[in-house]
Amino acid sequence: MIECLLAVRWLENNLWYALPLIVAVSLVYAATRHEEMRPILRHSVRIGLWILGFMVAIFAVLLLISSQL
Amino acid sequence: MAKYEQTAEQPAGQQPLVLKDPPWAAFLAWLLPGLGHWYQGRKPKAALFFICIMGLFVYGLYLGGSSKLGWGRVVYYGGRDRLPFICQIGIGAPAFPALFQAMVVSSGGQPWCGGFMAPPKPDPIPSLHELAILNKELHGYWELGTVYTMVAGLLNILAVFDAAYGPVVGEDGKKDEEEDEEEDKEDAKEEPSPEPQQDGEPA
Repeated sequence: MIECLLAVRWLENNLWYALPLIVAVSLVYAATRHEEMRPILRHSVRIGLWILGFMVAIFAVLLLISSQL
Repeated sequence: MAKYEQTAEQPAGQQPLVLKDPPWAAFLAWLLPGLGHWYQGRKPKAALFFICIMGLFVYGLYLGGSSKLGWGRVVYYGGRDRLPFICQIGIGAPAFPALFQAMVVSSGGQPWCGGFMAPPKPDPIPSLHELAILNKELHGYWELGTVYTMVAGLLNILAVFDAAYGPVVGEDGKKDEEEDEEEDKEDAKEEPSPEPQQDGEPA
């Protein structure tokens, strides 16, 4: 039961609102670097993962700081 | 009348890109995401820009409003009191209703279309100011809607530059192209080669 509630809580997390932003930003940014669709999609995956990694790093730093308070 | 065209640099081994009337295309790209690229015949990119940028903007309008308070309240013109509008107007015509509603309200009229993109009504009592009510009722969705619509406007500025000057080809671009070529070669290696047919077996 607790696992189920935790899963629902995870699905309701506000961080999901970052996903459409990451997808759109990475696609539009990649489209300004290439003309063909295939390189655009490949570049957007790289940029998207880079943004996600950056967000995870910032999240980890903030989590660490908040745990020390 | 001769068409005004400009060629944009492309990575080595690719034909230079011919851009049709870049200033007009840039204006169209600002007016509606993807319109400038459509005009230049770059239809896949036009579709990509339209879907991504308008998708963000419309979702932001949905988040920043309600049936009770009016839709799209996060996009409104309020002069110096609403600096996010500087980013939001980057999307062009989809943000024009905010200017129209501000004009109607400043001339003493009632906002049209149920308050769509209308500026919040001021009130001498701070808690009754419509902006305070919007923040209270929509909670974090007000901020989320504002961010979505701002990002959409800013992304459209990138699309405007793409319509005017073509894709950016710098050192990174060349590196990306080289990486893509390497990935293509790896994909070609991974694909199994068709097995030769043996004699006597039906085709």
